[in-house]
Amino acid sequence: MAKKLISVKVNGRTQEKAVEPRTLLIHFLREELSLTGAHIGCETSHCGACTVDIDGQSVKSCTHLAVQCDGSEVLTVEGLANAGVLHAVQEGFYKEHGLQCGFCTPGMLMRAYRFLQENPNPSEAEIRAGMAGNLCRCTGYQNIVKAVQYAAAKLQQNEKVAA
Amino acid sequence: MIPPAFDYHAPRTVDEAIALLGSLGSDAKLLAGGHSLLPMMKLRFAQPAHLIDINRIPELRGIREEGNEVVIGAMTVENELIASPLLQAKVPLLADAPKQIADPQVRNRGTIGGDIAHGDPGNDHPAISLALDATFDLQGPQGKRSVKAADFFLGTYTTALAEDEIMVAIRVPAFAPGTGWAYEKLKRKTGDWATAGAAVVLRLSGGSVSHVRIALTNLAPMAIRVPAAEAALLGQPLSAASIAAAAQAAQTAADPAEDLRGDIAYKTAMAGQMVKRAIQAAAARCS
Repeated sequence: MAKKLISVKVNGRTQEKAVEPRTLLIHFLREELSLTGAHIGCETSHCGACTVDIDGQSVKSCTHLAVQCDGSEVLTVEGLANAGVLHAVQEGFYKEHGLQCGFCTPGMLMRAYRFLQENPNPSEAEIRAGMAGNLCRCTGYQNIVKAVQYAAAKLQQNEKVAA
Repeated sequence: MIPPAFDYHAPRTVDEAIALLGSLGSDAKLLAGGHSLLPMMKLRFAQPAHLIDINRIPELRGIREEGNEVVIGAMTVENELIASPLLQAKVPLLADAPKQIADPQVRNRGTIGGDIAHGDPGNDHPAISLALDATFDLQGPQGKRSVKAADFFLGTYTTALAEDEIMVAIRVPAFAPGTGWAYEKLKRKTGDWATAGAAVVLRLSGGSVSHVRIALTNLAPMAIRVPAAEAALLGQPLSAASIAAAAQAAQTAADPAEDLRGDIAYKTAMAGQMVKRAIQAAAARCS
């Protein structure tokens, strides 16, 4: 099975690699690029711990082939902070105690990052539905809802300051 | 978790993809959203030697109006259906029901064409397409043909799609003004497949049912339309008795499989409940 050469931009940096077609994107990120923030919590595409942003959309990277990312832009949790300053979703999860073991957190953050662009001012019900592709065993979700609300408020404030 | 090795192909046109299907034969599978196929490969239920990725074929995408129909490219993802102003206006059932399919991430990849072509009785689009009287455009080496949803679903994972064909589009008639609709799905949790589901499209005229289509999800080896339930309503005023008769007809038609979602008696009872609720919800939307 011939390897394919792909060029993919990950966290702003172009990566040119030869990949076996069957290589799942999650394994490419973790093993080839050592971006080990994204995690694996299942093999049936339910848990969302592997969620990354591909070309502006939340995708479960366990159900996507690395070879399909040729020409794509991928953002992982390692790319969220800007010059060491936490992104609003990272700050929100920290302030509101939206994590405990931290295993679901990278996927939760990547989903929240995109969800708040899809819906900048969500209701609690919309947050719960918008985050429904991500399982958590520790928090019971309550503080994750607060964390997303914190980030939404912070992002809207940032926008006001910018305007 | 670890899929078997395969060769990967990424054609840019439908014709190229069909040529690849022809030359590679039954060892090849089309890769659409990949949210049914890759999970099966990761569990080694399916072990194709070649994957033909159809994600880079622009002609398979987009939602447009053609005369009295809405034409949906087979590679349109679920979240695009939800966001489509055209579907919201012309076929609102098809913009609303996908909110009940899987979860946000899956809906960014999973396509309407793949959901239908998979032929899984647990999927939602098959029953929805039966209720909508959809037509599927299939393209093969001999050209295009159209198959009605009513003739498409043949059994579990079995459809009228031939091995050398690609579904290119789904065509649905625009709703006449005042059409009511509903998709009622009983599920254990968000993101799960239905324990029982019912899709209903309904029109009332002078207080009586002038048009009705009823189809069931996960209540038989494939999605089924229930003509007997429709006959219980057609030409009748909507009443507790006529709705109960339709629900009873759905229960009679149901032929569910026993699994962790419930036994046959439970699923059959839920077929009736979902049909009742869907008729009532559809009637409330009629004008």
